[in-house]
Amino acid sequence: MAGTFGDPEIVELQKDILIIGGGMAACGAAFEAKRWAGDDVSILLVDKAAMDRSGAVAMGLSAINTYLGEQKPEDYCRMVSADLMGITRDDLVYDVGRHVDDTVHLFEEWGLPIWKAKGSEDVLLKDGGKPVRSGKWQIMINGESYKMIVAEAAKKALGIENIIERCFIVKMLLDKNEPNRVAGAVGFSVREHKLYVIKANAVLLVAGGAVNIFRPRSLGEGMGRTWYPVWNAGSTYAMAAECGAELTMMENRFVPARFKDGYGPVGAWFLLFKSQALNGYGENYMTKNADMLKAFAPYDTATVVPTCLRNHAMLKEMKEGRGPILMDTPTAMKKLAETMTPKEIKHLEAEAWEDFLDMCIGQAGVWAGMNIRPEETASELMPTEPYLLGSHSGCCGIWVSGPEDLSPKEWQWGYNRMTTVKGLFTAGDGVGASGHKFSSGSHTEGRIAGKAMVKFVDDHKTFKPEFQKSVKEITEEIYKPVRNYLEHKDKTTSEDVNPYYISPKMFQMRLQKYMDEYVAGVSTYYTTNAKMLVIGLRHLQWLKEDSANLKAKDLHELLRAWENYHRLRTAEAHLRHIQFREETRYPGFFYRADFPNLDEANWKCFVNSRMNPETGEWALKKVPHIDLVEKHYGGQKH
Amino acid sequence: MPTFVYTDKCDGCKGGQVTACMYICPHDLMKLDTTRMKAFNQEPEQCWECQCCVKACPQQAIEVRAYQDVVPMGGACIPLRTEQSIMWTIKFRDGEVKRFKFPVRTTSVGSIDPYGNKPGAGNLNDELLFTEAGKTLLKI
Ligand SMILES: Cc1cc2nc3c(=O)[nH]c(=O)nc-3n(C[C@H](O)[C@H](O)[C@H](O)COP(=O)(O)OP(=O)(O)OC[C@H]3O[C@@H](n4cnc5c(N)ncnc54)[C@H](O)[C@@H]3O)c2cc1C
Ligand code: SF4
Ligand code: SF4
Repeated sequence: MAGTFGDPEIVELQKDILIIGGGMAACGAAFEAKRWAGDDVSILLVDKAAMDRSGAVAMGLSAINTYLGEQKPEDYCRMVSADLMGITRDDLVYDVGRHVDDTVHLFEEWGLPIWKAKGSEDVLLKDGGKPVRSGKWQIMINGESYKMIVAEAAKKALGIENIIERCFIVKMLLDKNEPNRVAGAVGFSVREHKLYVIKANAVLLVAGGAVNIFRPRSLGEGMGRTWYPVWNAGSTYAMAAECGAELTMMENRFVPARFKDGYGPVGAWFLLFKSQALNGYGENYMTKNADMLKAFAPYDTATVVPTCLRNHAMLKEMKEGRGPILMDTPTAMKKLAETMTPKEIKHLEAEAWEDFLDMCIGQAGVWAGMNIRPEETASELMPTEPYLLGSHSGCCGIWVSGPEDLSPKEWQWGYNRMTTVKGLFTAGDGVGASGHKFSSGSHTEGRIAGKAMVKFVDDHKTFKPEFQKSVKEITEEIYKPVRNYLEHKDKTTSEDVNPYYISPKMFQMRLQKYMDEYVAGVSTYYTTNAKMLVIGLRHLQWLKEDSANLKAKDLHELLRAWENYHRLRTAEAHLRHIQFREETRYPGFFYRADFPNLDEANWKCFVNSRMNPETGEWALKKVPHIDLVEKHYGGQKH
Repeated sequence: MPTFVYTDKCDGCKGGQVTACMYICPHDLMKLDTTRMKAFNQEPEQCWECQCCVKACPQQAIEVRAYQDVVPMGGACIPLRTEQSIMWTIKFRDGEVKRFKFPVRTTSVGSIDPYGNKPGAGNLNDELLFTEAGKTLLKI
């Protein structure tokens, strides 16, 4: 039966393993799980987009940011911990570190062009080829087709008959008989009038990070030009929270300082061109403010100053009126001209453009439109609106069980990368307290979870998933925005202005406005306090109530309605964690003005939260932090 | 910097149900106007300017123009992608044109054999991934 807009076809499926998402982590999971599963264990992957170009790597990337090579996983743990101000899970980070190179070798085998140092041009990494490093952990690639390559391998491994694209998952479904046990998920097709109700024994929730929960700096057409992918709507965190999974470090956010307006990467300019970032008066704000950063000792003496502290120094200059912050590209290029031939410089310039064109084409558009030539004109830098993510330079996410051979017992309750909800796994942006995995680490973590899920299914063969609600009740919930529209649309002369429902767009703008104004967005220079957070929370609660009146005039708008609902739930988790952590641990990312200092004695701990799925009540707690790897700062042990 | 579609170039992917641009856009933005059989961006302010649709369009009917609330008019970044490389034409507002060509892939499309010459499944109870068979895993 073909469905209609008001009456979708209900497709009921039952699988052993359900993978939600088609990004880096999902592709890794598909590739690994299928090998262990053979033909006995059924696997289904659903992605809201097309796997060839879905997720954060859709546009491509110009570097693989995690490749260890000669370096030790211990050192990787130290770097990740220092950048994230001391609070990370060494077991999870180490686990990524010890497996990640194997994954990168696969990427190269599949066809990803990886730059090689002179002398080993044609030697594969796995055979000892030397990569071109743009940083201690990063290697350069020609990554325009990165995602297509990784997706091809995943699709072939799994078989296209086991993949549903353009299916947006709205909710995890819990089991009727076993408390705190996932039984499947529900979603809808954005292309056909079909609602998918999927039973599963194990579920991998890898739907990326959260973008556009804060008001962005550009509000017209430029609104979509976010730094992280505009389409990742916090589905991972929202759906995990709503089924009662414990979250961790949701107060952590990432505010990258990037080229203004296009949000293009700055790394190549710092690392390849040795360019300096200066305030409007030509002063190096890092050296100038080194003393101020001492308040955040010992992290200020880390080998690489943590990203948030660099932002902190930059923001001081901006707040005190010494902007704009400029990347001094003309001086850098002049200096290079002293030691390089014009041909070499031209080559370097092409590399700098490729850095944009491979992963942030919009920035190239900004330079072209503003006639910016790096040899003539310095470019402005600007910290962006906040993003929530667990795989890039941030560490919010879900609290997961670690590997048996590394984790202390507090961090190990069964299967690697399983959340506190039985049968629910995550990876990539979904795993909290272990940032700096990036594309390669996320794929690797997906593989780790993929194997663990096959083991889980093998151990729970007799499980028969049953939902708490009937399929009809589930359907009505998902289709509520459609019902709202059909019922009320003719009551006013303009569909857009109607007192009975709220459009997903206005819903999103309200969320962004209040997050920006009360929860440390750009308009307050990332500053908030307990009193502002109370107001912010009240607005989120009103929005939650109003979410029952969201409308959808077509499948596209139904997608937007649920994406924005996911944004809201993610925003609430973020707010509650900021409210709970009474210190300023990540200055430059956000400030608790009422607790402006780092407080190692009281807050060198994880903050975990859980929303009770029955009552909707949140409970937050401190969880002790342990260093499994000894940490050093400025040559000092810590 | 939203996408736009040249009316005379778009052929609606010859009346296919799902056009190339609709198929690929990660944010569900490209839509086919079925009366005119032409595609358009249904939410320009949500466009990430990833150019996935531009690269996929068989007619080269899609381009991206800079977002007008931020960028002065006149610049453009236009890709021409084959299976092995991509050529970029960058037009500045003042008329200068730069061209860059980069490789995108070292193997032919469709040639990946994910499990060919790879080990089979090993021990489900250890921490090794299947391609790491026989390795000794590092521990803290
Ligand atoms: C601008 C930029 C630059 C970066 N630079 C680098 C770099 O240089 N080097 C590097 O290694 N890494 C880099 N990264 C980071 C890297 O892309 C991420 O770490 C990685 O993609 C995270 O993987 P993931 O699987 O968790 O999420 P993603 O790859 O984002 O995948 C999420 C998937 O979930 C799907 N999805 C979302 N919601 C739903 C839902 N409700 N239902 C169904 N499916 C859903 C999406 O369509 C997508 O397929 C960069 C990212 C960006 C955006
Ligand atoms: S892919 Fe190109 S030709 Fe096909 S519908 Fe879209 S714009 Fe038109
Ligand atoms: S540029 Fe990217 S986000 Fe914009 S319409 Fe095309 S595919 Fe979609």
